[in-house]
Amino acid sequence: MPDSPAARGWSLLAQRRDDIIAGWTTEMATALAGRMTSGELERDARDMFDALSAAGAHEARGINDSAFAELRTLLSDVARTRARRGFTPTETAVSVFALKSAVLTVLQREADLSLYEFYAEFSRLVDDLGLFMLETYAQVRESVISEQADALLELSTPVVKLWDGIVSLPLVGTLDSARTQVVMEKLLQTLVETGSEHAIIDITGVSAVDTQVAQHLLKTVMAARLLGAECIISGIRPQIAQTVVALGIEFGDISTKATLADALLLALRRSGLDIVARPGQQ
Amino acid sequence: MDRIPILRIGDILLVSIQVDLQDQLAVTLQEDLAERIVTTGCSGVLLDISGLEIVDSFIGRMISTTAAVSRVLDAETVVVGMRPAVAITLVELGLSLDGVRTALDVDRGMALLQQARQADASESAQADG
Amino acid sequence: MTDSVSVESEEVRRIATDSDVVLVRQSVRSVAVLAKLSLVEQTKLVTAASELARNTLVYGGGGMVRIAMISSAGRLGVRATFVDEGPGIEDVHLALTDGWTTGIGMGLGLSGAKRLVDEFDIVSGPGRGTCVSIVKWTR
Repeated sequence: MPDSPAARGWSLLAQRRDDIIAGWTTEMATALAGRMTSGELERDARDMFDALSAAGAHEARGINDSAFAELRTLLSDVARTRARRGFTPTETAVSVFALKSAVLTVLQREADLSLYEFYAEFSRLVDDLGLFMLETYAQVRESVISEQADALLELSTPVVKLWDGIVSLPLVGTLDSARTQVVMEKLLQTLVETGSEHAIIDITGVSAVDTQVAQHLLKTVMAARLLGAECIISGIRPQIAQTVVALGIEFGDISTKATLADALLLALRRSGLDIVARPGQQ
Repeated sequence: MDRIPILRIGDILLVSIQVDLQDQLAVTLQEDLAERIVTTGCSGVLLDISGLEIVDSFIGRMISTTAAVSRVLDAETVVVGMRPAVAITLVELGLSLDGVRTALDVDRGMALLQQARQADASESAQADG
Repeated sequence: MTDSVSVESEEVRRIATDSDVVLVRQSVRSVAVLAKLSLVEQTKLVTAASELARNTLVYGGGGMVRIAMISSAGRLGVRATFVDEGPGIEDVHLALTDGWTTGIGMGLGLSGAKRLVDEFDIVSGPGRGTCVSIVKWTR
């Protein structure tokens, strides 16, 4: 056993540790073209190599073996960092695969053909590790993207206070299911937080209203009513009005106004206020 | 088993639900309220559900029934403090809570009850006169 | 759905009394929080679970629920499976239609719960008990 190709291979790797780490770092630096300092890369390489050597010497069965636990954690961390810093999948994967050429260089210098058997196993192992790392990377990338999407959604749905107890929600662009839900939640939350009893949902900027959008609007109004607030829908353009009628959508007893101004006046009056012209100033 | 406390503030009964509502507790509350409305002769019930994280069909029905029973006993019910997430869920469930008046908070709920009482009073005055 | 679903954790709760329904709500809520569901998603899921737990108790004569945190394709979710050995539902199709105005609690419970979740499965028949499974994924 001590003389098996595997044992000799791992022992050789341990001996040539510094060369391998140096070679690996250089390969990574080339691929990452200055995105990370060689100091950072060297530290990553050293940590990963040491964890790999320690695990490899154990004759473990595949990377899910407990011997590889530390290495997996390390790879996950590296993948996470790369993902959060916006590295591409290739830039991330090369961090692991570059190890292969560094090791191959060292093995070739030995002129010992039996080490090929070891390299074949080693290469398979590195492939598995690389794939594992990419899995983590992919998961983190997805969550980063969805966080950004949420943030964008937040920014693009402002609820504006028009007067004491009156807020307005200008909807712009296309309304998909996810967006409308976020918008609905934000409006209701704002009504409660500001103690507003009136909400004006302005759809002047909405390109098209289909049955689904109309249903979402209706649900929003019903939910607001359950909270103790009333909604007015404004900015209904002629085309939208025709679409709504053609689709058979009933707005029922929900007030609708052509313009935001009309809606504001209605909301003010419902609040017990009114707008009057001051004498001698027209 | 605990009962949900019913407070009397002048002519109004105030109920504030702060616990996770067990079915039996809800039924008992409904019965207690009906009894207190009659014994106190109050004109309004303020149901504060700001502490409820969940309103399912059973609790929704309890709220509707409470409002209906109160009305028969000549008292108005106003529900206040519903959480946005609960409102959204109720709408999705298809529970409209028709016939139940709502207000954003206790203050507004009280104001609503007062308006209702005044409207009632003037109506009675007209009928008598 | 070709993505495989794996179970991250699971707990079982019996449903035999009124207060068990409350405990089920709380358990489902905890798992939903761990799975990082949004507040509205949590509320919808717990409300659906409350409906189904009550059905299990009232119509199923008691039973149990398996609450699991699951994951698939990098997303986390919560699955709750309600099982009872009760009389079973005669006409599942009918039970799934909205029955609010008829005042028959079960009609609303099932169809309402279905609208609140992402996945809804029910197996039931006269004398065969009932098994309802619901899943809510993070967005």
